[in-house]
Amino acid sequence: MYDQLLYGIEAAINGLMTGVMYSLVALGFVLIFKASGIFNYAQGVMALFGALTLVGIQSGQVPFAGLINAIFGTNIQNFGWELPAIAAIILTIAMMILFAWMVERYLLKHLINQEPIILFMATIGLAYFMEGVGDLMWGSDIKKIDLPIPQGINNTIDSLTYDWFGYGFYIDNLDITASVLAIILVVTLTIFSQYSSTGRALRAVADDHQAALSVGISLRSIWVIVWSIAGFIALVAGVMWGAKSGVQFSLSLITLKALPVLMLGGFTSIPGAIIGGMIIGVGEKVFEFVVSSSWFGDAMGFTMNATENWFAYVLALVFLVFRPQGLFGEKIIERV
Amino acid sequence: MLYREAGDYKKSYAEDSQTFPLKLDRWAYYALLAVAFLVVPFVINDYWASAVLIPFLIWSIASLGLNILTGYCGQVSLGTGGFMAVGAYASYKLMTSFPDLNIMIIVLLSGAITAAVGVVFGLPSLRIKGFYLAVATLAAQFFLVWLFNKVEWFYNYSASGQISSPTRSMFGFEVTGPTASASAKYLFCLVLVVGLAWVARNLTRGRIGRSWMAIRDMDIAAEIIGVNPLKTKLTAFAVSSFFVGVAGALMFAVYLGAVDVGDTFGIQKSFLVLFMIIIGGLGSILGSFIGAAFLVVMPVLLKNVMVGMLGWPSDMSSYLELVIIGFLIMLTLILEPHGVAQLWRVTKQKLRLWPFPH
Amino acid sequence: MSDGYVTPDGRTIGGKVLEMQNITLRFGGVVAIKDISFDIREGEIRAIIGPNGAGKSSMLNVINGFYHPQEGQILFHGEVRKPMKPYQIAKQGIARTFQNIALFKGMSTLDNIMTGRFNHMKTNIISQMIWQGPAAREEAENREIVEKVIDFLEIQAIRKTPVGALPYGLQKRVELGRALAAQPKLLLLDEPMAGMNVEEKEDMSRFILDVNDEFGTTIALIEHDMGVVMDISDRVVVMDYGKKIGDGTPDEVRNNQAVIDAYLGVDHG
Repeated sequence: MYDQLLYGIEAAINGLMTGVMYSLVALGFVLIFKASGIFNYAQGVMALFGALTLVGIQSGQVPFAGLINAIFGTNIQNFGWELPAIAAIILTIAMMILFAWMVERYLLKHLINQEPIILFMATIGLAYFMEGVGDLMWGSDIKKIDLPIPQGINNTIDSLTYDWFGYGFYIDNLDITASVLAIILVVTLTIFSQYSSTGRALRAVADDHQAALSVGISLRSIWVIVWSIAGFIALVAGVMWGAKSGVQFSLSLITLKALPVLMLGGFTSIPGAIIGGMIIGVGEKVFEFVVSSSWFGDAMGFTMNATENWFAYVLALVFLVFRPQGLFGEKIIERV
Repeated sequence: MLYREAGDYKKSYAEDSQTFPLKLDRWAYYALLAVAFLVVPFVINDYWASAVLIPFLIWSIASLGLNILTGYCGQVSLGTGGFMAVGAYASYKLMTSFPDLNIMIIVLLSGAITAAVGVVFGLPSLRIKGFYLAVATLAAQFFLVWLFNKVEWFYNYSASGQISSPTRSMFGFEVTGPTASASAKYLFCLVLVVGLAWVARNLTRGRIGRSWMAIRDMDIAAEIIGVNPLKTKLTAFAVSSFFVGVAGALMFAVYLGAVDVGDTFGIQKSFLVLFMIIIGGLGSILGSFIGAAFLVVMPVLLKNVMVGMLGWPSDMSSYLELVIIGFLIMLTLILEPHGVAQLWRVTKQKLRLWPFPH
Repeated sequence: MSDGYVTPDGRTIGGKVLEMQNITLRFGGVVAIKDISFDIREGEIRAIIGPNGAGKSSMLNVINGFYHPQEGQILFHGEVRKPMKPYQIAKQGIARTFQNIALFKGMSTLDNIMTGRFNHMKTNIISQMIWQGPAAREEAENREIVEKVIDFLEIQAIRKTPVGALPYGLQKRVELGRALAAQPKLLLLDEPMAGMNVEEKEDMSRFILDVNDEFGTTIALIEHDMGVVMDISDRVVVMDYGKKIGDGTPDEVRNNQAVIDAYLGVDHG
């Protein structure tokens, strides 16, 4: 039983780390939602797109090579150079800013004053569009992130816990890095929105579009900024997840992991995104650990596995029925 | 000039509210039905049946169902794939448990079972609104697919984890199973499509349809008029899930014959049906058909042109398919949030006055 | 006055349709309505007036069950009303319009008003699916009543127009039509003339008086325009900061010192 407890704690800690990774995606959602009331389903695809672009630029891939080859019958694949990581990152960030600008210019501008649900569906369209474009540009084969990110078992924790409990915990360095990055991002974002004038404008827009407009804040430039920041967060999330499981289509599905986090934490709260992510990360790992264990099977007569697929959603659903605004969301008062 | 209402007098309120107020429309509708029932079954071949016609009919039912829930009642659902899976597995269990039961009854019963499941997952809709609800319906999607994947009873403990449909006949013609003919399958689906479209039209034109739309447009005002929000939403969930369940049962039993739940009824299918009603037209029966037709035909066409005629690699056409679908979704929402069906209405309105618009 | 009274223009007003007894409504620490009592009598036009934020709309919301008061009770036709959902109250025969128009934007004028008939339509879902027979018959019967409302409000021309495309004044009229179609025992009007020009106000006043006159409908209305209120209503409740400061005929209210203070301001020096 003591062993079981230790395994359980290890699962919980790993869940916590995974939860932070979910939060990383959820963060981008919260930013865009606060600034424009848009529930951006494309956030996950933005992570995929960012990671794809980074790998593509760094390894000197020719964009749209497949399409060009198909049309002109050529066979080009690669420019034949490799860019240093820092240059590739800067170029990718530039690309994400360009993307933010295009989203504002060609999509959001035309959808002002539409209902939230229409905007939501538009971002589902955007997600499909970008996924197709990403595949066309860089191909859909699984790619590897070539950045010096620490990975593998953390030996310090392993030996420390071995000394303490007689059992070494497996904690991945990548997860630790991601957690540190997430903390840095949250702190930077908080400072930025509290103390810079752009940040103040951003909060003003989040509060009331009309009022912000009337004091001379340009809604459209704020949106470009917000989508750029969200693009940057997506890039970070894409790189971290890409380092974990390779850059491939399934990366875009992390959106689906971030959604319950948001429902739990509230769509408008940055701390909510972080804490919601942790609750879900820990919850799904521990739940899986419990229901798949042999003693659960002995007690109940059956076991379950692969519950991570739905646990977060059911948890969020049950939670929402009792508290529709999420953990940290503002209470909705209905008026006539 | 021919297309107008002059001389087509309405003498009663019933005539004023009929489905096709114009004579020309009525004739066109009857002609279409005649062709669909009397001509197509005799000229149909396997390729057309399995690539275009049968999928079109089945997806039409699914998108009619989702349109009732989303287009008419305003409750966005991303659980369509999961509910189709319920229909499919219900029909499988019914077919294998009651070998003598008529296949039509099995399909309708599968719809009814799905309706019950839909009501359960619709319960939170009283408290949760808008995209919160949309995300909540994902819970249904993931949970149901997982359930059918993991609980062996649902696939009768088969080693592959797949379900496959036994042969069942109606009026002496096989409609399910590997040896069923294309025209029998087609007619079976067509009967259901016509019947269900008729039901959908009737439900949306009267008291219940108006209460759905009232909830969609302004739920508080609707409640103060006397519409019970929970009952109304649950009715929409039930009717919608019934349609979707029938579509799932047909998809499995008649069309595919064998199903792996994750592939056939995954989240992508939920999005596909949502796209059908966005492009076709939210809150429109005709739009459900247009959207289904478009999204069934477009990939086939794309593949034929690009891979077949131009000789491009097939992955290119699937990438382009994503780009085109995504682009069209955004374009429709920007230009005409009520979809192609609305464009069609506007065109008809102009045609009535043509060539003297003033 | 326990059994009604006769108005100066000779209409006989009946017994109490609705009686509010010591109603108090709080939102957290904010008191929106404080210990208010008044009644609404059969056949009368009852106005609730007061400055912004006085709690008038909250009072209507209490009447049709959207808010539940913490204290006090409501008597409907002499019986204490249990706490109910708004749709149950609608079934008892209370209909209303809204301050900010609350029409169903995706539907035509006709469908909006037909929705008002919801409580009077009874066919079940199976008949609705089949349509031919009971459902179609019921639809036609109710359509006839709705057409009468449409004639009454003179909106025949916009019968099939989506309401979103209508100008403001007409939308207000359609909303009144939707409430009238329910043939309510008590009709609540939340600022029926807000944002209208003089002509539209005159039209609306005429409709309100006609509704009361032709159908004998009891009406309670909230209005800002004092002139209109004093002209068309039989009795007036005046609210300020959630409290009742006056109640009586327009003349009585006009000469009430508390009311004058609330409207013109009082010298606290």
